[in-house]
Amino acid sequence: MAKSIYEEYTELPQKLLDEVKREVEAHNLKGDQVKRVLDRVRTEFENAMISPGEAIGIVTAESIGEPGTQMTLNVFHFAGVAEVAVTLGLPRLIELLDARKEPSTPRIEVYLEKDISKDPVKVKRVAASIKETKLWEVADEFTVNMSQSRIEVYPNKSKMRDFVITETQLVKMITDLLKNVDARANKDFISIKLKAETFELKELYQLREKVRELHVKGVKGIKQVLPIKKDNEFVVICVGNNLKEVMKTEGVDFKRTVTNDIFMTESILGVEAARQAIMNEAIEVVENQGLDIDIRHIMLLADVMTSLGTVKGITRSGITGEKESVLARASFETPLKHIVNATLKGEEDKLNSVIENVMLNQEIPVGTGLPSLIAKIKDQK
Amino acid sequence: MVKKIVYKFDVKTHVLVPKHIKLKKEEISEILQHYNIKKSQLPKIKKTDPAIEELEVEKGDVIKIIRKSPTVGETFFYRVVV
Repeated sequence: MAKSIYEEYTELPQKLLDEVKREVEAHNLKGDQVKRVLDRVRTEFENAMISPGEAIGIVTAESIGEPGTQMTLNVFHFAGVAEVAVTLGLPRLIELLDARKEPSTPRIEVYLEKDISKDPVKVKRVAASIKETKLWEVADEFTVNMSQSRIEVYPNKSKMRDFVITETQLVKMITDLLKNVDARANKDFISIKLKAETFELKELYQLREKVRELHVKGVKGIKQVLPIKKDNEFVVICVGNNLKEVMKTEGVDFKRTVTNDIFMTESILGVEAARQAIMNEAIEVVENQGLDIDIRHIMLLADVMTSLGTVKGITRSGITGEKESVLARASFETPLKHIVNATLKGEEDKLNSVIENVMLNQEIPVGTGLPSLIAKIKDQK
Repeated sequence: MVKKIVYKFDVKTHVLVPKHIKLKKEEISEILQHYNIKKSQLPKIKKTDPAIEELEVEKGDVIKIIRKSPTVGETFFYRVVV
């Protein structure tokens, strides 16, 4: 009986109905009481709805702008025990809304598969396999042997064990990655010779530097890894910007792995994921600052930024530059440029939107200014 | 090189990606009528978007997106393929 009553209120969102249901059960309400509750909820819901023509854009702008004045201007902040610098506060929000191509502190939050994420030893191993490792990190010494005209690399046995690499693998890697050399494993060093018959000493020194920086293991671009505990499982925070490769790494649960780079998210997971990422990042910044911005404002912003199918920032090269009206564009930034260009192209301004009508001291199409009379003229016979 | 199992990951299963559905012709006109708009007024999605790779879309198709909204639970959003 009580169930059918909810079906009469289809205009209410499912989430609200579920909430009412829960409360009704908790307080043991019956029949008429439930109906009264629902009626009241509906009235409140209708009152909370925004009326057509409401200028929600400006409300959003002010709702985000005002708390923005209270945010910290500190660019770097060491978040708690995690020794990773993160851009927070206003600089991060600006970066986000301007849709800068790369965040100033790129970061990937790597979640691990269920059986690994709770075991600190396994977590460390996966973290080590993600971190970019270069040859100098597993070797003690790089010497240039003049008499034999070769380079000698002395690998560090214990470090190699840490990174799970063998000497033969190293030799193979060197020959694979550097095309013009011969590498051979000797008793306690690896000798590297240039294939060319004659060469200058300078080339040998250059080769040594190249060998030092050789990519041995891990994901390119991941400079730092840091396992931290988060809700009774381990999460690896990576400094760097190579989501695709990290996702492919063994042991990584790619379904939950996210980055703070919006464009990276867009290219791998699509616009909708980018929209969600913008929201998540913005909410994180706001909450971190102890502020309270209604999520609807952030949703509107994220929707606008992704409405063209790609992420566009709120800048003159982003969505503001895509506006149809010349005067609206000119009113934002670099007015002369826009007006001159419009003149050269002979653009037309239909005065459909708000800013251009403000400029011309006319009624703006917002609120009660939105509806207008359209006369139906009868055909004269 | 250390062994690495490379498996192709499925974009659709990622937490950030909501469900994308390609709409039929009738459904499209129904939606346009409901909102009283033209197709060009819908938000856009690129044809090459990774999330709709497997739907085999053409330009002008409309994609229905089922989002999880923190305010109302589940909402529908529509994007036209460009």
